[in-house]
Amino acid sequence: MREPDGSALGHIRICDFTGQLAGAGATKFLAAFGAQVIRIEDPSNEGRWDILRGGTPYKDERRGINLGGSFNNHNVEKLGVTLNLRMKRGKELLHQLIEISDVITENFAAGVFERLGLSYQELQEIREDIIYVSNCGFGHSGPYAKYKTWGPIVQAVSGLTFSSGLPNEPSAGWGYSYMDHTGAYYMAMAILMAIHHRNVTGDGQWVDMSCTEAGASLNGPAILDYTVNGRPLRRPMSPNSNRSQSPQMVPHGIYPADGADNWIAIACRNERDWAAICSIAADSGITDWTVDPRFDSLSGRIKHQDDLDVAVSVWTGKYERFALAARLQAAGVAATAVQKPGERVDNDADTSAWGLWPTVHHTEMGEVRVDGIPVHLSETDWRIERGAPCLGEDNEYVFGELLGLDATEIASLKEEGVL
Amino acid sequence: MTALTGLRVVELSNERCAFAGKLLADMGAEVILVEPPGGDITRGFEPFLDDISGPERSLSFWHYNTSKRGLVLNLDTELGRNVLRRIVASADVLLESESPTRLDSLGIAPRSLRVGHEELITISMAPFMREGPRADEEATDLTLLAGGGPAWSCGYDDHSLPPIRGGGNQGYHTGCHYAVMALLVALVSRDETGVGQHIDVDMHAAQNVTTEAGSYQWLVAEETVQRQTGRHAGVNPTPPTQVQCSDGRWVNTGVPARRGSDYQRVMDWLEEVGLAGEFPEMILLQMGAEHDHLGIDQVTTDSVIREIFQAARDAIVLLAASMPADEFFHSAQERGFQVGIIYSPEEVMEDPHFKARGFPTEVQHPELDRSFTYSGAPYRFSSTPWAISSRAPLLGEHADEILSKVDYGDDEIANLREEGVI
Repeated sequence: MREPDGSALGHIRICDFTGQLAGAGATKFLAAFGAQVIRIEDPSNEGRWDILRGGTPYKDERRGINLGGSFNNHNVEKLGVTLNLRMKRGKELLHQLIEISDVITENFAAGVFERLGLSYQELQEIREDIIYVSNCGFGHSGPYAKYKTWGPIVQAVSGLTFSSGLPNEPSAGWGYSYMDHTGAYYMAMAILMAIHHRNVTGDGQWVDMSCTEAGASLNGPAILDYTVNGRPLRRPMSPNSNRSQSPQMVPHGIYPADGADNWIAIACRNERDWAAICSIAADSGITDWTVDPRFDSLSGRIKHQDDLDVAVSVWTGKYERFALAARLQAAGVAATAVQKPGERVDNDADTSAWGLWPTVHHTEMGEVRVDGIPVHLSETDWRIERGAPCLGEDNEYVFGELLGLDATEIASLKEEGVL
Repeated sequence: MTALTGLRVVELSNERCAFAGKLLADMGAEVILVEPPGGDITRGFEPFLDDISGPERSLSFWHYNTSKRGLVLNLDTELGRNVLRRIVASADVLLESESPTRLDSLGIAPRSLRVGHEELITISMAPFMREGPRADEEATDLTLLAGGGPAWSCGYDDHSLPPIRGGGNQGYHTGCHYAVMALLVALVSRDETGVGQHIDVDMHAAQNVTTEAGSYQWLVAEETVQRQTGRHAGVNPTPPTQVQCSDGRWVNTGVPARRGSDYQRVMDWLEEVGLAGEFPEMILLQMGAEHDHLGIDQVTTDSVIREIFQAARDAIVLLAASMPADEFFHSAQERGFQVGIIYSPEEVMEDPHFKARGFPTEVQHPELDRSFTYSGAPYRFSSTPWAISSRAPLLGEHADEILSKVDYGDDEIANLREEGVI
């Protein structure tokens, strides 16, 4: 265990084999709260197992293994070392590192870690109270244990792609790896709960995370509607995920606003909201829904929802989305412009007041903004200042200071391809 | 033993934080759900058991409140607030998502409850930063996902169709994930220091950092991603990945083959199912097979590589369209290709893999003399397993048990009940 340094997790050391986002996102969160995360990469392929390492976006014209923007985003505040585990000396050094680590994390396909001689049992032989958290598509057991995934595949198989979309269209799914983010969140929770349990009992354990199971656990009410009432989500005119069935709200959706690809979201939660919406719409002079008998109750609005959505679109389409959302909010109605990236990053009073986009210093990229953390702790808050490590950037510190190798030995290990 | 044995959490019922309470309760925390007189509003959320409404029949309430204990408490009375203060004083965590000013005006602000109880951890979840510039704005799951970034990236190639909110309360879930992660950080810190703290969760901010390239493409390069059907939003358009199979069901064909050996296996597969003759670009697959590895970054710079990639995509699309979705999913995965069948949520519950791992979870409802199948564990702990210890609490079900634990006598409890406090 490390000496505490006043940060929340300053006493925790993580020997980290994660990559991409599904794994790296978990250890980023822990690193931001002070955990010492030592990211281990394979020198023989320059850490390319993580396909984000040198990938887009780029800050400027430069390209290279250390210049990937998404890699930087997901690996801030971590240390980076290279270690070739196919070589005997590499294995030995890894064992020494595990001896002084609290947690081992990885998100390889199932079986990879075991083939490296690093099954939970073998890890326990190195350090009895070790916490081992693995995250893969289908977990380490069951008929699909060997199947491989990335975010969109997890989303497809877990039911999340299907539950996002419009009737009479294919699934819209998620325009990003929601389950890479969310898989990382579950991985972070698992690590922290296992640490707490170890603090109480002295025992480590293995957490086998199957990302598709984590995804499948996020559709609970729809699953109960099937298992209890026999009503599947796959049925005519279903799903329509811009509408709200639980609870029933009408109107409820994303409607066009003035301008190209401009949209406004409105949720009418109750009769008070409906009266406010009617009054603002009537001000525009185009319509007075209060005198329309089709819409004078929730059941009527549900029955005539298609007609109402068309009428709402005609109304909203005439207005600038931020101004209309502000008018609705002033009347107590939940509404928002569908914000574009530049708007919510650079012009959103909430995200800037929060300090959501910290600037880090990256050794080669320079100053870059990254995703921050949407929680603040009153006593031991997060800190994100250092960019992602360049390949092997912390070899001297980790192998020298932590494991006690001298500079000559480190240099010759580098020469031999161990580091 | 569970991971959170002995952790007592007081949760003020609210649809925004219910899932955070469930995550803790299913890992063994003692979560006390405090509902207002008449019960939490979410007891009125559809769907209902047998489609008949009633406070004990909401399947949404059932799902979000598993493993919790419950009592009804009128916080609009000083007596009720005193009961809350006493329960919180015995607890490790207070979890709440009330409107920004409500608890302050009642004299039970989370931070004030920590005075004299410095070991207490309090968590306030709010749609926007409390006391921040947008604190007064109303929000729902839809508006959080629409304003915070996710919806901009989700939808269809056809931009006359609106951006899409992913279904299933994922905006609330994301806020709750961060709330639990933050609580656990504070708990691990408290294990060392003995001192708790206050945590603020900004749910709008949580969406903003759960958009992958949506945010960082702008942060790093000031570029804007555009939504596309069933695949990653991108600055530049990318080829479709969702394919309709011969049985009408859909699959996601994943990333294109990148290794030479992948190309060989695509060719073998085409041969095996008798499609090799129909596929015009075998020569490009052959060229792919001769490479050791094709870099995705070469697609933009090398036109031959681009054509080889495209041939692999075309071959996979042809294969997918030629067979039923189940067959494509398994045949492709067994050949090492990362593809997925697009299941509906209920189909997951019938799948042999999920069944073999015990994902569907039986939960007893003794009051109905029945049991029902719930969705299961998001993670598998080897020594402190996830479990649903009991179905959601009936209205006021555990009042006596909870109050006795904080030393209320039978007479006092009877009195509180008479006064309408519990």
